Amino acid sequence: MSGNYEVVIGLEVHAQLLTESKIFCDCSTKFGAAPNTNICPVCTGQPGVLPVLNKKVVDFAIKTGLALNAKIAERSVFARKNYFYPDLPKNYQVSQYDLPIATKGFLDIVSEGTVKKIGITRVHLEEDAGKLVHRGAAGLRGSTSSSVDFNRTGVPLMEIVSEPDIRSPEDAKTYMEELRKILVYLGVCDGNMEEGSLRCDANISLRPAGQKEFGTKTEVKNMNSFKAVQKALAAEVKRQTQVLDEGGRIVQETRLFDEASGGTISMRSKEEAHDYRYFPEPDLVPIEIDRKWIEDIRKTITELPQEKKLRFMKQFGLSDADAAILTDDKDMADYFEDSVKLLNEPKEISNWLIGDASAYCNENKKNVSDLFPPSGLIEIIRQVKKGTISRKTAKEVFIEANNTGKNVNDIISESGATQISGEEELLLVISEVLAKNPKQVAEYKAGKVQLAAFFVGQVMKATKGRANPEVVNRLLMGGLMQ
Amino acid sequence: MELFELSAHELHAKIEKKEVSVSDIVKSVIDRINKVEKRISSFLLVNLDEAINRAREIDDQIADGREITLLTGIPVMIKDNMCTRGMLTTCASKILMNYIPPYSATVVEKVLQAGAIPIGKANMDEFAMGSSTENSAYKKTRNPWELNSVPGGSSGGSAACIAAQESILALGSDTGGSIRQPASFCGVVGLKPTYGRVSRYGLIAFASSLDQIGPITKDVTDSAIMMNFIAGHDKKDSTSVDVPVPDYRKSLINDVKGLKIAVVKELIGKGIDEKVKKCVLDAVATLKRLGAHVEEISMPSLEYGVPTYYLVATAEASSNLERYDGVKYGLRSGSAEDLLSMYYNTRREGFGPEVKRRIMLGTYALSAGYYDAYYLKAQKVRTLIKNEFDRAFSKFDAIISPTSPTVAFKIGEKVNDPLSMYLSDIATIPVNLAGIPAISIPCGFVDNLPVGLQIMGKAFAEEMLFRVAFTFEQNTEWHKKRPAL
Repeated sequence: MSGNYEVVIGLEVHAQLLTESKIFCDCSTKFGAAPNTNICPVCTGQPGVLPVLNKKVVDFAIKTGLALNAKIAERSVFARKNYFYPDLPKNYQVSQYDLPIATKGFLDIVSEGTVKKIGITRVHLEEDAGKLVHRGAAGLRGSTSSSVDFNRTGVPLMEIVSEPDIRSPEDAKTYMEELRKILVYLGVCDGNMEEGSLRCDANISLRPAGQKEFGTKTEVKNMNSFKAVQKALAAEVKRQTQVLDEGGRIVQETRLFDEASGGTISMRSKEEAHDYRYFPEPDLVPIEIDRKWIEDIRKTITELPQEKKLRFMKQFGLSDADAAILTDDKDMADYFEDSVKLLNEPKEISNWLIGDASAYCNENKKNVSDLFPPSGLIEIIRQVKKGTISRKTAKEVFIEANNTGKNVNDIISESGATQISGEEELLLVISEVLAKNPKQVAEYKAGKVQLAAFFVGQVMKATKGRANPEVVNRLLMGGLMQ
Repeated sequence: MELFELSAHELHAKIEKKEVSVSDIVKSVIDRINKVEKRISSFLLVNLDEAINRAREIDDQIADGREITLLTGIPVMIKDNMCTRGMLTTCASKILMNYIPPYSATVVEKVLQAGAIPIGKANMDEFAMGSSTENSAYKKTRNPWELNSVPGGSSGGSAACIAAQESILALGSDTGGSIRQPASFCGVVGLKPTYGRVSRYGLIAFASSLDQIGPITKDVTDSAIMMNFIAGHDKKDSTSVDVPVPDYRKSLINDVKGLKIAVVKELIGKGIDEKVKKCVLDAVATLKRLGAHVEEISMPSLEYGVPTYYLVATAEASSNLERYDGVKYGLRSGSAEDLLSMYYNTRREGFGPEVKRRIMLGTYALSAGYYDAYYLKAQKVRTLIKNEFDRAFSKFDAIISPTSPTVAFKIGEKVNDPLSMYLSDIATIPVNLAGIPAISIPCGFVDNLPVGLQIMGKAFAEEMLFRVAFTFEQNTEWHKKRPAL
């Protein structure tokens, strides 16, 4: 039987910032360019070059700091982190050490129905390293040759470090999701974990329930999705629990999450850890952040996901669950609001977005921003309300309009899928149906009222589903009474 | 008089009056190089063919009526730690033996833009670490006044070539005295500008917070002229300061009446050669005679300059020199078997002993557990030194001292005694730590070797230095003396 342990987790999140150019030179940050094309003397660490700070990067860090309720430093300093590796052209990384851009913030997450405050230790800026390409092996060891691509070198990164306030792998996942949402809302990061523009390392330890002191921690790396964060940490909790239950001791080390096995593997122990010899970067001057700068940035912060959710519930009468789904994705929230402006049917629009639109996006690996403009959706909703098309047809029209880019009304009229609501036309069909089924008519009149559905079905069959069911119902009742 | 014997401003006057062509000047300088370079060895790379072509181009442009600047057609020697696009730049190190930069340093761009003619790359101590140019991986430069003596360092090639009249102007760099001390040893004028006055972009870093590029010239006027072209803010160097650049020629005023000048007691006392001291005191007497008010002051913190410097400079150097790893450019050891041995062997084979010594010192000073006791403490002492200068400059217009405690020493004399070599920078190092400007000008001879007078000023007060230096120069003959070669 395993002991009763409390899980202690702190996350270090690296977010690649959405700037056009690199942090210390003019080179493009575009992903996927041919190797070593977005490079210059500065980001390849030629002798004699000097860094020049991209101010936008500081704007983004201030913005993030404010959104995370953090204190923005009046004076922030870059520092050199020294270590040798071929993907690091200067063999030091320009990062920040004791004077980061922002400190002492927090982020609220909802854990098992209650709100939990997760402390944010710091938000700091640094440059990314390059990429190694190996031949003959997966890594440097054993490869016949290795090359360096410096395109990524100097791409701006923001590191967000949490306090060890997270108490379960589920909460770690929630924290990541909330943080990602905020970064995407702020427009500072695209939040793409698979492409590596959002990366996460975790420090995790266990302690007997009630104990104040932290246990020995391990660092878990290589978690490339929200699910991986949860799985890796759950696996690490299990591993550490087992070690402690068997009377063993946790070794302070770095462990890699192995997607295939679902467990973590030891990478290097603390004994091999680097002494990074941090010292203030003498090639850059300290960043002085005055009140005006902070206030100017504050003005650019639009509504954050949690505020937006609450507003949606209040303003549009949406449920907590619906409002949460709509605001999870800023694009969807914007689409929703733009649609409501065109037609005041929030519930109907919300249903469409959460239902068919989301399903369509998932199936076609598209984003809400790739859909036709809100006017298209509104036209479909209008036509359904008017009874021109059935719900079933509406779904088909939605898909076709998005697949082909054709106008919604053109699709409806071309397909002949217009709903039949004309009473004369429908009465003709109904009389035919009644004439063909005298036995059922007799039974109905004798009291077997359940047969109403049978007649509706027959009418729909005869009209290939185009009959307006409401009108059919009303007319049938009249016809059968006769 | 031969053209190579003239100063830049004298040659400019002749070009302007069309008395000589730029080709004539370049030819004269090349003849001089051919005659004396074998004995001096101030060049790591001579750029003669290109210099001749460029001279011809400029002559054509002048014939076409193109405007000329004070630097047009003037040969300039460039210290080999400044990047020159397409031209080998080695920092006098084996580790950069094959390095051809893809870009030029801002100062190089500026002098080229002004029409100057790069005549070659100057020998130096490897990575500018040294005070004698004996730490060059390639050759030893000799003092033109006495061929068995060192020219000083680290800008030894730049200073020697000016003294030997192998170039008209030279660019040097100064981290702890590397412009002023060789200027002093070679009897020429060397200015270390205020930190941030001249762009460091393209200067191969030794110690980023101390390095500064400056001119080495035959006289004070040429120094002022060169500063007109190289000073100024550079958006590629965040540590360069956006302070307007005056026309430094306007500060060439032959008058020191009423100026308050301090002599630092600690820099004319213990450890200073008596004969050097006498030259400096004679210079003080001259300035007094010319109307300056001179007082002796005490600056006790200066004695901590050398130890402070050897922590700050080596710490920064240990990090700045990490990029030489065999991965991207420069030397890569042929005996490497894996990544680690590539690093080890490349750096073991590529760096000389002094560079290794400083990398180790600096790495140690920054190491966990030692940072506070060494690097951080050194930065605090640095602030004390800076404050002491600030106090002195609240009362005085300039401070003077000998540039070096001795005249040029013999080649080989101090190579096995790094500490005594380090101490020879006692008067120049505090200036870099405080970030202030200082100039060294000739002020006499001891045993037929030149003595340099150092004049220090407050930050961005280069004009005051030029004024005092120019006045001294106009009233003495030292700057006119040339070695017999």
